[in-house]
Amino acid sequence: MFLIKKKLLYRNGIPFWRDSKSLSFLAQLLSTLIVISLLGFLVTNLINAANARGFSLGFGFINQEAGFPISESVINYEPSNSFLKAFSVGILNTLRVAILGIILSTILGTFLGVCRVSSNWLLRQISVIYVEIFRNIPLLVQLFFWYFIVFQALPRVQTAIELPGPIYLSNRGIFLPFIEFDSLSILWLIPLTTIPLLLILKHKRLHHYLFFILFIALAYGISFLQFGIPVSIDTPVLGKFNFAGGIRITPEFGALLVGLTVYTSSFIAEIVRAGIQSVPRGQTESAYSLGLSKNETLRLIIIPQALKVIIPPLINQYLNLSKNSSLAIAIGFPDTFFVGRTMINQAGRAVPIFGMIMLAYGVMSLIWSIIGNFFDHKLNKGKA
Amino acid sequence: MRLVLKNQHIKFNVVINTIRLNLFNSPLNTILTCVLFPLITYVVFNGVSWIFTEANWQGITNNKRLFLIGQYPQEESWRIQIVLIFLSYILGILASLNKPVFYKISIGISSAIFIIGLFPEEFMQIESTTRLWILSIGAGIPLGYFTRNRFHLNSGKIIILGSIGIILSYILLRGLKNSEVIPYVSTNEWGGLLLTFFLALIGILLSFPLGIFLALGRRSNLPFFKGISVLFIETIRAVPLVTLLFMTLIIVPLLLPEGWRLDRVGRAVAAITIFSGAYMAENIRGGLASVPNGQIEAAKSLGLNTFMSLYLIVLPQALRNVIPAIVGQFISLFKDTSLVVTIGLLDIVGIGKSVVLGNIDYINTQAEVYLFLAFVFWIFTFSMSYISKLIENTLGVGKR
Repeated sequence: MFLIKKKLLYRNGIPFWRDSKSLSFLAQLLSTLIVISLLGFLVTNLINAANARGFSLGFGFINQEAGFPISESVINYEPSNSFLKAFSVGILNTLRVAILGIILSTILGTFLGVCRVSSNWLLRQISVIYVEIFRNIPLLVQLFFWYFIVFQALPRVQTAIELPGPIYLSNRGIFLPFIEFDSLSILWLIPLTTIPLLLILKHKRLHHYLFFILFIALAYGISFLQFGIPVSIDTPVLGKFNFAGGIRITPEFGALLVGLTVYTSSFIAEIVRAGIQSVPRGQTESAYSLGLSKNETLRLIIIPQALKVIIPPLINQYLNLSKNSSLAIAIGFPDTFFVGRTMINQAGRAVPIFGMIMLAYGVMSLIWSIIGNFFDHKLNKGKA
Repeated sequence: MRLVLKNQHIKFNVVINTIRLNLFNSPLNTILTCVLFPLITYVVFNGVSWIFTEANWQGITNNKRLFLIGQYPQEESWRIQIVLIFLSYILGILASLNKPVFYKISIGISSAIFIIGLFPEEFMQIESTTRLWILSIGAGIPLGYFTRNRFHLNSGKIIILGSIGIILSYILLRGLKNSEVIPYVSTNEWGGLLLTFFLALIGILLSFPLGIFLALGRRSNLPFFKGISVLFIETIRAVPLVTLLFMTLIIVPLLLPEGWRLDRVGRAVAAITIFSGAYMAENIRGGLASVPNGQIEAAKSLGLNTFMSLYLIVLPQALRNVIPAIVGQFISLFKDTSLVVTIGLLDIVGIGKSVVLGNIDYINTQAEVYLFLAFVFWIFTFSMSYISKLIENTLGVGKR
């Protein structure tokens, strides 16, 4: 009897209440039970609330008619379309503003970061002041500023400001000329994609491809002479109430894009500066002493080393920008979150729609972290 | 005589050389300087003249109280003063702890308060009672500084005193139901800078321990704790704060039984805390990873148990290494408090946008109001990042 008791309660002579293995097992068991019962409690409450107030938790509504308009959309959308289509319009709008914002803020941020290490004192100070101002003001306040003070304060359509292009600035939006495609426009894709690729890949042996490129250019030239240039530029024209033609940037989209770009670029500027300064001076000096030119030093020595420091936080900023685009709700741009909230009001299914919103943002950050991990792996390949 | 002249000559040359080296050292830079200098002068001159002549600051000067405390009843505002005096007293005590950072902060804050409080009447009209209140807040700092030794306060006692004081302050601000002296003021009436600071302070105080717990959980050997921390951190970090704010507003009430209702401000605090806690956890995890394993082993061999070795050995080193990141997180938390506007709370941004600009008298002062809001946030975040740099310098992170 005593022996059995001893075997159950003692392991290697340690009683179970002092054995770290059994203690950690017990602790985990206990907290698992607590978490499960907590989850059970919450879910029961949810089901009770659903029964009491008569709302459903299922996704059955998703194919029903949405019944609300969306002010701007990339794809064709009517209020008679389904909720699912309305939600995808929101996702596409988020992607549109996020992708454009990432491109623009990278360009602006890199430029400012380079200005920060410039030898011109004025340029350095401008960059410092820009970063310190826009990094320290909440994005929401900046968005209000851009939307209410800049974009809404533009003149009315009839008295729109005309810039060369023609570009019209009005409180209904910014109207830009845009390329109009026809069926033959797809031919442009071939030179537009292959030539930059060739330039990047075979940088030094371009002359090997000279005949090939000339041949393509000749072929295109002859065909254009024959059929006319298969692309035209569609310029906005003032109609009775609004501009027709061209492309329209709504004040909401414009304010969100400018706000996100300006805010994020101030962070990117700091990242780029840190990256450039992380390359020791000795690297530049030894590159010069090896006889590399200034351009070659930058391209072969400094940028590859700076990128290792720049890329991980840069991708983090891209993720932040994508998430910050949800502030669109404050100025009424129909992004994922805005459309999701309208859907909650319209369909009254708060829980499943919230699940969809969380899932959409979750997938977005998952994609960014996969990209980040990919670059981490790639950049650290050389390290032991 | 000649020597002096020569010296002046050299000085002059130095100035010229500095200008030449920094502004005209290459043809491109010369062009840039020639283009940028008039441009900057033009922008700065026009901006300054707009601020002092054209801009109409009535929307702000006539609504000072709204911007400061929102709809909080005026006859109850003495409670806020008492809380502020208490906070400045605590700051004074912290300043006497031989920590140069706190010393510098309190010198800065008290001198700012005294300058405002003693500003000549001709330039700024403040009522004499308000002046008295401002000066009494300023007096809290030296009072705390000189009375610490009298009460033999060490850091442990200060932490206990501070946390009790903060709970009491909350009760004082909120009031008690059925009380004559301090009647109940619903948090729905809190607003302005008071609400912004409340959200930021409570968010910081709660998200910091949450972050430590989550970070320890993520590094734990026990798969359950590790799994749950990772799940929590990654889920929260994947979504924007506005969605969390709406979740605590709409979904959480459905998950709790009838009657368990937090007020709006409480829900906002909950959302901000869990959001910031998840980010804080990642920062602290970086700090924990930087503590060498030998430290933990040495603590164990000295006979410290897990808790003591964490509290005395690991956490102090880990936190010290990531102070800049933590302060950075505090700064973004402070900026993020402005997002409570999206769930209809009237923090300083909400007051500006909905209350002041909703008034027909001030509808044309949008630019002024938003510039003012930007300026207020900028002052606080900029000083926080300055403090972060001070701490970095005093601790010598990265120099050891």
